[in-house]
Amino acid sequence: MPEVVKAKLVEKEYLKPDIVRFKVEAKEMVRNSKPGNFIEIRVSETTVPFLRRPISIYNLNKNEGTLEFIFQIKGEGTRLLSKKEEGDLIDIIGPLGMGTFKINNYEKIAIVGGGIGVFPLYELAKEAKEAERKVNIYLGFRSKDFVVLENKFKEVSDKLVITTDDGSYGKKGFAINKLEEDLENNKIDCIYACGPLPMLRAVKKLTIEKNIPCQISLEERMGCGIGVCLGCAVKTARSTNENPEYWHVCKGGPVFQAKDVDI
Amino acid sequence: MDTRINFAGIKMKNPVTVASGTFGYGREYSNFFDLSKLGGIITKGTSIKPKSGNKPPRVCETPSGMLNSIGLQNPGVEYFAENDLPFLRKFDTAIIVNACGSTIEDYIEVCKILDTLPIDGVELNLSCPNVKAGCMAFGSSYEGVKEVTSKVRKVLNKPLIVKLTPNVSNIGEIAKGAEDGGADGVSLINTLLGMKIDIEKRRPVLANNTGGLSGPAIRPVAVRMVYEVAQAVNIPILGMGGIVNGEDAIEFLLAGASAISIGAGNFQDPYTSINTINEIEQYMKKHNIENINDIVGQVTMN
Repeated sequence: MPEVVKAKLVEKEYLKPDIVRFKVEAKEMVRNSKPGNFIEIRVSETTVPFLRRPISIYNLNKNEGTLEFIFQIKGEGTRLLSKKEEGDLIDIIGPLGMGTFKINNYEKIAIVGGGIGVFPLYELAKEAKEAERKVNIYLGFRSKDFVVLENKFKEVSDKLVITTDDGSYGKKGFAINKLEEDLENNKIDCIYACGPLPMLRAVKKLTIEKNIPCQISLEERMGCGIGVCLGCAVKTARSTNENPEYWHVCKGGPVFQAKDVDI
Repeated sequence: MDTRINFAGIKMKNPVTVASGTFGYGREYSNFFDLSKLGGIITKGTSIKPKSGNKPPRVCETPSGMLNSIGLQNPGVEYFAENDLPFLRKFDTAIIVNACGSTIEDYIEVCKILDTLPIDGVELNLSCPNVKAGCMAFGSSYEGVKEVTSKVRKVLNKPLIVKLTPNVSNIGEIAKGAEDGGADGVSLINTLLGMKIDIEKRRPVLANNTGGLSGPAIRPVAVRMVYEVAQAVNIPILGMGGIVNGEDAIEFLLAGASAISIGAGNFQDPYTSINTINEIEQYMKKHNIENINDIVGQVTMN
């Protein structure tokens, strides 16, 4: 059940000049949150910007009742949010999204992330590791300057592969290609992904070919974030021109089975 | 202090309703507050058959507002009657169903069914800017509005409110079409047609190219139109357009609206409607207003 809270910002850290991590106190929300959930943040006291900003949950600290999220300063909304200081209250709705990452009884999982899409994958990896699953993680970034959270992901994985498009750090190429190579000799029970659309399309194609279950976290422009405005539509895989069918990222998602959505 | 109103034959405990398309069928917001506190709920636009809606992106942010081109996605009136209405009826609030269609026959058929359901009234959507057929096409002329309204009137015994589009040159004349067609009230404004361009892609942001603008950005236009309609017709007005607090709501009441709707304001803060109710009461207290009906249309023009 989502709730609206004024959550106290207790920790603020710049991971990059334009990437900020916030830790907020939100006890009840943390208790109800699952990996893959997101929150909606009101960034302005006025009506500019008007809409809340949907941001995925990066880490849940169940013991201390805090949750962490990481965002990139991109426009006016995230710029305003980045001005908040420790001690400030932040108006948050959450947890949101009924489609979350499910670990099920998968023993060996692979996680693929790209760019700022890596953030919602951390809590998933952490919970999988706590459940004593084997976790291989493949994270792709544009170049060395964009690599974030390497050590954090290392802590919650059995194997971590970092790639950069230009080879300036880690292995050169796309994260998905390194996963594909590893699949030659390794059995993986489920693949989880979040990142740019071309990456998600490639993961979807690969997992359908190899017949591996795959859960992907999607993004779409949102109005309400809670399932009433029907703005953040995603076409279902069974949708046809004659009978189009849409689900909504904020409610049915943001995590879907890759085979079920047309991306 | 009395905030009760009788809007077009529908009894409400206060003049604050939530606007169609911004509140679904109530379930989601019931997580945040008791829906019985509202004067009324106007449901998501509901058609005779299910509608899948438009391609995404369907929404985008604009200064003090947003554009949407949802395309009236809804599960159809039968699904609504079976799955959503029983839930809504658990609350002590007026339930008004927004009815939409592509043809006059669609409107008649959906209203025939609605007339048999335990609802308090129908808001006839002659104003959605995001679908190719119906809606705004009927809503853009006196004759069109009068024709659909009168044909629906013949099959609908429940209170009938006609929702008007602001994308016309003379809103008063359009409202007269609803009144002459037998409507019990009018609601306005629906969204203003707008467009936002992604300058990197050199394409409109919305897949549908254009969409309906809502939010505080449109409020002054809405207040002006409510005033004009109040001068043109004798049926009550449900006013809306960018209301986010009690002060905004009072403006609409003074302009001539008997009741108001909170629309996109629900998205910014789920408690906008509840706060608005409280703030209206504070205004009444401050100005010694005994009965909310006493301020309707009480603006004095310069």
